[in-house]
Amino acid sequence: MPANAFNGFTEYGIGIGLRVPHYRHILAKKPVVDWFEIISENFMVDGGRPLEVLDTILEQYRVVQHGVASYFGSADKFDREHLKRLKRLVKYTNTPWLSDHLCWGSVDGRYTHDLLPMPYTFAVARHTAEKIRFARDYLEVPICVENVSSYAEYHASEMTEWEFLSEVVEQADCGILLDVNNIYVSSQNHNFDPYEYLNNVPHHRVGQIHIAGHSKFEKYTLDTHDHPVLDPVWKMYAHAIQRVGNTATLLEWDDRIPSFEEVHHEALKANEFRDTQLATTAS
Amino acid sequence: MQRVMASALFRPLTSKWGMQKRWVDGAPMEALASKFIKPNDRLNSFERLEIYNRQYWFRVLDCLYDDYPGLRAVVGERRFMKMATAYLTQYPSDSFTLRDLGNRLEQFLRAEPHWSAPREELALDMVRFEWAQVVAFDGPAHPPLTPDDILDTPPSKLQLRLQPYLTLLELNFAVDDFLIAIKKRESDVLRGEASNAMNSAPKAAVVRKRVRYPKREKVHLAVHRHDNLLYYKRLDQEAFAILTSLSRGITVEDACLEAVTASKRTDVDWSAEIKSWFDAWSALGWFCRTP
Ligand SMILES: [Fe+2]
Repeated sequence: MPANAFNGFTEYGIGIGLRVPHYRHILAKKPVVDWFEIISENFMVDGGRPLEVLDTILEQYRVVQHGVASYFGSADKFDREHLKRLKRLVKYTNTPWLSDHLCWGSVDGRYTHDLLPMPYTFAVARHTAEKIRFARDYLEVPICVENVSSYAEYHASEMTEWEFLSEVVEQADCGILLDVNNIYVSSQNHNFDPYEYLNNVPHHRVGQIHIAGHSKFEKYTLDTHDHPVLDPVWKMYAHAIQRVGNTATLLEWDDRIPSFEEVHHEALKANEFRDTQLATTAS
Repeated sequence: MQRVMASALFRPLTSKWGMQKRWVDGAPMEALASKFIKPNDRLNSFERLEIYNRQYWFRVLDCLYDDYPGLRAVVGERRFMKMATAYLTQYPSDSFTLRDLGNRLEQFLRAEPHWSAPREELALDMVRFEWAQVVAFDGPAHPPLTPDDILDTPPSKLQLRLQPYLTLLELNFAVDDFLIAIKKRESDVLRGEASNAMNSAPKAAVVRKRVRYPKREKVHLAVHRHDNLLYYKRLDQEAFAILTSLSRGITVEDACLEAVTASKRTDVDWSAEIKSWFDAWSALGWFCRTP
């Protein structure tokens, strides 16, 4: 949906992930960018250069926070310190919505720094939804949860990933950050039809979309974010916006990062799909 | 399930960067993995879990590798990786941010000096210095003191608080110069890699050119930031003593008196010297208000 409760009723277009190698270019050239996605944890610090950069960015751009360590799916309770710092940042950036992953990653206060897949059970869905609700109420900002790419499935699972995602977001009454590339990567690793996934999530809850590049190996596909978006993912993206409407979209490029222009150019390709989709809808 | 899986991920890889074949109790790892992970048509349960095991170690080792180039140079590249693996096995990350990954490295190296033998002291100096840089980069800052704040307090009563991002280090080696040389060598290597120009030095030659270990000498260092850039500043022994006393809550008058009394230097105009130090430190914003 273009604007909905899950993205703070905003109509954002194509965004870029704010990454250190581009700081100098952005601060000096001030390129026209619709919005920047920042990794919350990189700015949940007490002072210094990161916050100075953020200040300058906030003066000129719209910023949306994307987290990597809330771990809604960890059996652990929330890390209080993490939540407190996150709230401070939310107030600071005034992010219209906030996203993090539908995954787990810490146990007993020890961190894997990874986005680990969940067993798709009703009990786990209930627990995860409760944590998302708690975070939303505490942080006072809409939350979109992102589907992760995965390389393993559990015997314990009682449903498909898209059924699990739907179950969680319905129970939490939260939004979805639909990562089209992650769906593709997981569909390759777990032999499912990615379009069945796209067609069977609650479309009215999609607040944002991620696209990215991945790498194919002999026996599995890895979510590497280190090159342009591949064709099957663009096709899925076109299908996704046909279903959910013109939605805030972000290109993720996190490794072997090329020049800012190159990343931006790649991201703007998404506009072509949006325009085609709008033309089809109009005719 | 999460506890078992996390324990599996935190177990070190084999020397060939694979998952260990046996679990802690000696049972085959495949048996444990297949209890909770489904195989598919291409990978068995062991191999699927192994992807995550490898991913975990590559991520955390990469992080320490990048953040501690000085320590890496002191202990040697290959031993650094083994040391980092032993460290993270004993102290898995306890923070949501990778910034804190090395927060117990000093403690670890003190308890297990064999990792840095025969350069244990140099390694400790280096790890303290590199951690101080992490703190100086994005540690908290309080509003700096203004002259008005202390106008009415006599030196005999005046206590000054130092910025939390500032670390004072008494070192046995000039690790500051050593680290600069290490970083220069690494950037030369990188430049060598990036360029195919005929006149650029062959990579191997640059790599082979070792930076000489620093000689033993007392160095007093303040690691801090200014305009959000990282700096290290050498301090005279007396200046270091004054700052250290101040950080312990000793009054300005007592701190200066102690430092001057302990000094072996003669023919010094101490009041002029001390005034110039305090002027410099104030200009750098090192003194802050109590929050
Ligand atoms: Fe994503």
